[in-house]
Amino acid sequence: MATSELIEKFVFIFILFAVTLGIAAYATYFERKVAAWFQDRIGPDRAGPFGILQPLADGAKLFVKEDFIPERAEKWLFILGPGIAMFTALMTGSVIPWGKDLDLFGQSVQLQVADVNIGILFIMGFLSIGVYGIMIGGWASNNKYSLYGAIRASSQMISYELAMGICVITIVMLSGSLSLRNIVEEQHGMNWNIFYQPLGFIIFFVCALAETNRAPFDLPECESELIGGYHTEYGSMKMGFYLFAEYVALFTSSAVISVLFFGGYNFPGMDYFSGNTLALLGVLAMFTKTFFFVFVFMWIRWTLPRFRFDQLMHLGWKSLIPISLFNLLITAIIIAIKEGWFN
Amino acid sequence: MSLELIATILGGLTIGSALMVVISKHPVRSVLYLVLTFFMISANYVLMNAQFLAIVNIIVYAGAIMVLFLFVLMLLNLSKENEPKTSLFVKLAAVVTGGLLFVVLIAAFKDGVIVAQTAGIDGNDQGLVQNLGQLLFSKYVVPFEVSSVLFIASMVGAILLAKREKQTID
Repeated sequence: MATSELIEKFVFIFILFAVTLGIAAYATYFERKVAAWFQDRIGPDRAGPFGILQPLADGAKLFVKEDFIPERAEKWLFILGPGIAMFTALMTGSVIPWGKDLDLFGQSVQLQVADVNIGILFIMGFLSIGVYGIMIGGWASNNKYSLYGAIRASSQMISYELAMGICVITIVMLSGSLSLRNIVEEQHGMNWNIFYQPLGFIIFFVCALAETNRAPFDLPECESELIGGYHTEYGSMKMGFYLFAEYVALFTSSAVISVLFFGGYNFPGMDYFSGNTLALLGVLAMFTKTFFFVFVFMWIRWTLPRFRFDQLMHLGWKSLIPISLFNLLITAIIIAIKEGWFN
Repeated sequence: MSLELIATILGGLTIGSALMVVISKHPVRSVLYLVLTFFMISANYVLMNAQFLAIVNIIVYAGAIMVLFLFVLMLLNLSKENEPKTSLFVKLAAVVTGGLLFVVLIAAFKDGVIVAQTAGIDGNDQGLVQNLGQLLFSKYVVPFEVSSVLFIASMVGAILLAKREKQTID
């Protein structure tokens, strides 16, 4: 790998890192504003105009709080937990194609950290690793409520991973590739997967809600039953890391949804543009779709009440998995007919 | 940094984390080191350009099976006081059988040839998902189907066992 390519990737990773964290920070502000809007309140308006400095104020508050580790906690695992949660949430962004190639200084710059040919499996893998952050944190706290939260989180995430995986398989069958860039390229010309897989999209979306521990599936941090959930014993920026990781995961899973089902950086009428204009408009389209889904996640959080845990398990195992298997079967049959296997 | 150097360092780390699984006092730590070992093995796969195998190893072992291990261990109240007492004889027998297995493994692997090539050496791309799929569904289709039947059988068995358990409780 040439040095220029290394520098290019390094700069791109740095920008992606900064943008993801910035968006996650402002997602907290946005969440409060959306909540306020839904509940007919004003929301945060003290820090700066319209309260736009609120995330900075929150961050400063978390940093200056006492960094406390319980006496009977497993010290190193207690520190490791939030780190793993943050790491896995950030890693998923690395295989998402954010746009077409840009021409900069006579060089073609790929707007993707790594175009690995197993992109979607990479995302599924890091999703399944994500549960360790919560489990380790919850167990190391040495607190029964934290452990309950951790166990709820892990069983919930394992259960919903299955239905999610089956939906991903149907998408892979349609596109014939595991690479996210190829999946996006396949959807060129309004061939968005949502039109072929509406059922798959709904199941995937519900599973994404459960995987990111968002309402109505936010049982791991059920204040009314578990005091706080898996992060009951956490404070200061360690707590901040857990909360922040949730918003990073919210952003990346919205990006994955727009890549898999809504054509990624494709947009209607994109054939009239070319070169850098097309690439930049593509990035804009990608971010518009992503932000829309971030908003939908928040919309659902402030609309639906929390599920009961047995209802959650019933929905996952007895509804979503059979429906997604049915969807897989139908898709397979249609593809087989189209390929002419029954002639 | 040459590929050989990376492979050596990675191999050392893999063995190191595998040893930590055995040495760790606490079972939960052992499981966490085992997860780390699976990551190291996946890194070795990536070095051999077998990306599909690497990520499937992470999804299946680190992501699913080890989570269940951890799940069970966290729920058990494992502490020094209620550790089951093993007699000296059992400990001795365990050491002898472990040693025997070690000797057999050394005998099996000492003449072993390194088949897998590291990435970038004479276009080794057998582990990429396209080639692996072609191979699985043409040359090795019978073993592949047989193993899937085996998986279904074990799934049915697990469900049957779980069902019977529930009836006795009711």
